[in-house]
Amino acid sequence: MEYTGAEIFVKSLLKQGADLIFGYPGGVVLPIYDELFKTPKLRHILVRHEQGAVHMADGFARANGKPGVALVTSGPGATNTVTGIATANMDSIPIVVFTGQVPTGLIGNDAFQEADIIGITRPCVKHSYLVRDVKDLASTIAEAFYIATTGRPGPVVVDLPKDVLLAKTKFEYPETVELRSYRPTTSANKRQIDKLAAALEEAKRPVLYVGGGMILTNAAAELKKLAHTIQAPVTMTLMGLGSFPSLDDLCLGMLGMHGTYRANMAVTHTDLIVALGARFDDRVTGKLDEFAPNAKVAHVDVDPTAISKNVPTHIPVVGDLKDAMKKLNAVIAESKVDWKTKHKPWLAQIDEWKHANKLEYVKKTNVIKPQFVVEEIDRVTGGDAIFTTEVGQNQMWAAQYLTLKRPRTFLTSGGLGTMGYGFPAAIGAQAAFPDKVVIDIAGDGSIQMNIQELGTAVQQRLPVIVVILNNGFLGMVRQWQQLFHGNRYAYTCMESQPDFVKLAEAYGALGIRATKPEEVGPALEKAIAARRPTIIDFVVDREENVYPMVPAGSPLNKMLLA
Amino acid sequence: MRHTISVLVENKFGVLARISGLFSGRGFNIESLSVAPTLDLTTSRMTIITRGDDAIIEQVTKQLNKLIDVIKVIDFSDEDFIERGIVLVKVNSEPNNRAEILRMTEIFRGKVVDVSTKTYTIEVTGAEAKVSAFVEMIKPLGIIEIARSGKIAMSRGKKTLG
Repeated sequence: MEYTGAEIFVKSLLKQGADLIFGYPGGVVLPIYDELFKTPKLRHILVRHEQGAVHMADGFARANGKPGVALVTSGPGATNTVTGIATANMDSIPIVVFTGQVPTGLIGNDAFQEADIIGITRPCVKHSYLVRDVKDLASTIAEAFYIATTGRPGPVVVDLPKDVLLAKTKFEYPETVELRSYRPTTSANKRQIDKLAAALEEAKRPVLYVGGGMILTNAAAELKKLAHTIQAPVTMTLMGLGSFPSLDDLCLGMLGMHGTYRANMAVTHTDLIVALGARFDDRVTGKLDEFAPNAKVAHVDVDPTAISKNVPTHIPVVGDLKDAMKKLNAVIAESKVDWKTKHKPWLAQIDEWKHANKLEYVKKTNVIKPQFVVEEIDRVTGGDAIFTTEVGQNQMWAAQYLTLKRPRTFLTSGGLGTMGYGFPAAIGAQAAFPDKVVIDIAGDGSIQMNIQELGTAVQQRLPVIVVILNNGFLGMVRQWQQLFHGNRYAYTCMESQPDFVKLAEAYGALGIRATKPEEVGPALEKAIAARRPTIIDFVVDREENVYPMVPAGSPLNKMLLA
Repeated sequence: MRHTISVLVENKFGVLARISGLFSGRGFNIESLSVAPTLDLTTSRMTIITRGDDAIIEQVTKQLNKLIDVIKVIDFSDEDFIERGIVLVKVNSEPNNRAEILRMTEIFRGKVVDVSTKTYTIEVTGAEAKVSAFVEMIKPLGIIEIARSGKIAMSRGKKTLG
């Protein structure tokens, strides 16, 4: 029996275990939409802008670990996905983006709604395909999911010309995918693990430096075991947050530009930094030459290009992080070292740093401090929620003041720093977990970058809560202007703003405004109880800054503390 | 330092764009590039001449390997290898310099592949140094046009890329 490309598309997705598509229809993908109409078990969420669809697929993937799927039409539909794809690429998030394309015979003719999306996205995908023959469609979809989810995960784009969707062939979905040119190293080399274990035995002041890889590989339990066994402190990158409990005694919090004092001091004084699924990003290292100056560097990563890219590595371990952690824990279990006492002086030093400079802000009774809102979110939810953020001050306060307990509960655009990410990502996470409380911590600037998805949340009855820390500024840029550009606030003030409460109501969502500190908790409780899409407009202290701050290009121990 | 890197890739459209895009996107330098299918028509062999310190070359080879369509990467610079390129040079041939042109061509073991009343076209193959030396020697005689290929390379002895 022969099927059309559109039928094969739907069958392949079902074979792949995908049951949810975030998408937006258009001319060339109509054959697929016709099949979706007949296939209710493959759900489709209609977005308001294609960028939103990709961020939703990304948020869905980050929240539950399964690959996210987006489907858009050709031309502008495809080009609108680029920021979403680049966001997923920088943070290694497994998504597959299907774009429509004009019929193969018209490709290159500047046809209506034609865009060379494979060319446009080439630098920001893990891989991409233009399917030119319906006979290749099923195997291409299988390869796309395989590549997106294995090795270092990432986005894969599959471009589907309309004639391929209409042509017919047999349906054979490959059971397994074998690619001679793509065989990611998944097993960590035992000899390198032994070296790492030996280095840990020798080290006096080790730090475990954990990135998003720990979350992607679901290895948080192994991390806890390692840290507790060897009594080593753990610091996390923005992407790693959630992989180790914030309130654990060994947790140093986030490191880097807006990291905690103790994390940055610990990294500056460590004699062994063990990077676990992290990539020494410039926002983490500060001035590279003075980063961890006394440390031996061990680096575990599935991607060989991450190793020795920014920081020379003494003990490289290429492999799946979970596999490496299991092997490391097994070697450590045989170790004769008295781990209980070995790092006592080091942990005492860290404790001193912890008390010398805590994360803090000046509480006020007449104005809402943005940090207070995050603390209240933490208190009201008990940390039992999925948080997303936009980008800027909102993101950093969320990273600093939320006490996260579990991985996959803090979704943020770390690498690309995409304003407008948080809200659609929250919708994607909520679609994955309809019963959970999902909160997007936003600024008044970034929420306006994808505010149109309020329509999606309302239509799908996804009770996402958007918390706007409304200071009427593009706050992080304003902070830099204040600190490094002589208080010249060039174009960072949005003098005209929508009334966010009315805006929410216009979309059929709930809108709440709070202007006094005592209103913060009740507003959050009301939003959580409502179980419907909600925007809370918290009018906050306008010129509050994020501290600590390591100015760009400075070493980590040169922090501005207030 | 100058490195000669051979890359075995899937012979699919777009692979060259992925490789050249990788070099331009990451600020790596390409001095020369040549591509052609191998005996197995599903694969192509690229030879890339690039420059960089050890850390950059390490990134170049790792990043090439990371591309999904790349099957194998060899940096020849640590081993004994053969490198060849070809140059076609069209030279102004006057009665008074024809003998000199032919002498140079002979010294470099080149061939005259085309002759007209006013021009000789000469083909020389060899490693980069030889080809460059020939061009330098012939320059004073009046080069009208020059076409140089990218380099190709192969290990000496038994070792192969594929």
